[in-house]
Amino acid sequence: MSAVVSSIRKPLITGHKTYHQITEDLISPTEKTPTKEWVIGFVLSVAVLTYGVFCILWTIWVGIGSWNLNRTINWSWDITNFVWWIGIGHAGTLISAILLLFRQKWRTGVNRAAEAMTIFAVMCASLFPLIHMGRIWLAMFILPYPNTRGPIWPNFNSPLLWDVFAISTYLTVSLLFWYTGLVPDFATVRDRAKGLRRKIYNTLSFGWTGSAKHWQRWESLSLVLAGISTPLVLSVHTIVSFDFATSVIPGWHTTIFPPYFVAGAIFSGFAMVLTLMIITRKLLHLEDYITIEHIESMNKVILLTGTIVGVAYLTELFIAWYSGYVYEQFAFFNRALGPYWWSYFGMMFCNVISPQFFWKKSWRRNITLTFFLSIVVNIGMWFERFVIIATTLARDYLPSSWSLYSPSWVEIGIYIGTFGLFFTCYLIFVRVAPVVAVAEIKAILKSGGDQYVGENAIHHHSHHEDNHGSSHNEHH
Amino acid sequence: MAQDNNREVIYGLYDDEEDLLRAVKLAKTDHLDIYDVFSPFPVHGLDPLLGLEESRLHQAGFIYGALGTMTAFLGMSWIFTKDWPNIFGGKPYWSVPAFIPITFELTVLFAAIGMTVTFYVINGLGPGVVNKHLDDRITDDKFCIAFDKSSVSSEKAQAFFKSTGASEVNSKTI
Repeated sequence: MSAVVSSIRKPLITGHKTYHQITEDLISPTEKTPTKEWVIGFVLSVAVLTYGVFCILWTIWVGIGSWNLNRTINWSWDITNFVWWIGIGHAGTLISAILLLFRQKWRTGVNRAAEAMTIFAVMCASLFPLIHMGRIWLAMFILPYPNTRGPIWPNFNSPLLWDVFAISTYLTVSLLFWYTGLVPDFATVRDRAKGLRRKIYNTLSFGWTGSAKHWQRWESLSLVLAGISTPLVLSVHTIVSFDFATSVIPGWHTTIFPPYFVAGAIFSGFAMVLTLMIITRKLLHLEDYITIEHIESMNKVILLTGTIVGVAYLTELFIAWYSGYVYEQFAFFNRALGPYWWSYFGMMFCNVISPQFFWKKSWRRNITLTFFLSIVVNIGMWFERFVIIATTLARDYLPSSWSLYSPSWVEIGIYIGTFGLFFTCYLIFVRVAPVVAVAEIKAILKSGGDQYVGENAIHHHSHHEDNHGSSHNEHH
Repeated sequence: MAQDNNREVIYGLYDDEEDLLRAVKLAKTDHLDIYDVFSPFPVHGLDPLLGLEESRLHQAGFIYGALGTMTAFLGMSWIFTKDWPNIFGGKPYWSVPAFIPITFELTVLFAAIGMTVTFYVINGLGPGVVNKHLDDRITDDKFCIAFDKSSVSSEKAQAFFKSTGASEVNSKTI
């Protein structure tokens, strides 16, 4: 609370909350019996997940031949889904790390859920390259360890191996960051619980006491983890884009890929956060913590990153023309006007046109429109990856090898199954842990609560100044 | 702070972090030796009053990170020049630019794991650890100052808590 808060800032916590009310509001969803909506959602998710697991087992048993990949289009549905899920995972770290460094206090309302989303999305993503290897029982070959196979090592010059490192690091660091934030909140749950529940939450809370020194170190750790997660999150999608950019495929080997992929990842990640948070805030009654201000802030990020993505699309087209390189020109001609023209125009509409609605303030603050557009954006981002991967490969150097692609039932099943995995994990998370970071919300109450800032503030501003420990020196 | 067995403490609970800060400041001027302060969230401005030095965790983080950088870069250099020299795409064995992404990732990975593990170890926290805590409401809405009875007498502490507006005063052995 060392930063001076402007009195014209809009409150981030409404409803004149006290510390105890915050605890009640945010912890009680984990203490009540599950609602009917939750049970229906959970049963559905598990059913879909089960079907996904069946399709994965089918793939492993029958082989990659059960997919519709062919010699020309050897990456398609699988890698599209991989890149799509990884992109969705980017919002969590952006919110928790980059916005922490920029001292954006609205992040506290959504960071916990967004980080959880990151972890689940990365789990869904990493599934695809693993099963795409074909012989998953040999997956340990990608790890560099001294071995008796020669020794034989993985190729450290290959972007595919960089991806292994980037994604496993990303998953690990996100998990550590997320869990460290959860520890004090698990202690709050523990201290309200009795019996076995108390024992379980004591284990989860690692014996947290709230000592001043612990808090000091906790803040230091959070800040440094945020500091190193910031380049990490940018590196992850950069490296994913290297999978394409370092190849010799026209339409792929462009230097614009890293920034364009990162912007697209943040774009789709925020869209998914909005989709989920709009449902979550409604079902768990969190409207006082995830306010219209939060939604508007996220819509601004969507507008910015969507526009960056749009500029990148146009730059790509311009450079393809300007390069004078006929293969590059054909790749883009084929994307827009070839057999997959519909995915190109779907991408253009969903990613470039649809976020432009958010220039208008009242539309940024419209929940129904936001919810609808957040889904449109994610469809658009899926199209983008499909356009880049499948349609580019479909028309390669040799016209006799040109091919078309449509997914088999197994591939569709695996993709749908990842939604089952994602939502099963998310639904368990909302039952077990507070969806909004309790301690962090309490820490911003005096600078973000509506009794302290905004139009309806009842506390006089000078009272707020007392926080800083500066004005009461004269009392003593 | 070290958790000795059977420490007799007297503690006061405050309802607001501003009362807590005022009380801690007064304890300092009165030369009352505070055993520990507990709060539901990090209270800013508390550390200098308690005389807590800045955490050196980030320095540890730098060392772990440097270790990661060296592990990755030296490891890949050794593998591709000595243990398993191979030509990929006509590039030299020791192709430094290609090593940068993995070197970066391992730097971050080592720093993050190292710091997090260090954080839990030096705080005495971890799965299965049971730390005796003073009051269940400290993780909810109470701010607590605790005195060790061996250094601050009960009477002195009672008077202090009363004068600083503590809402509750209790004793406990932890």
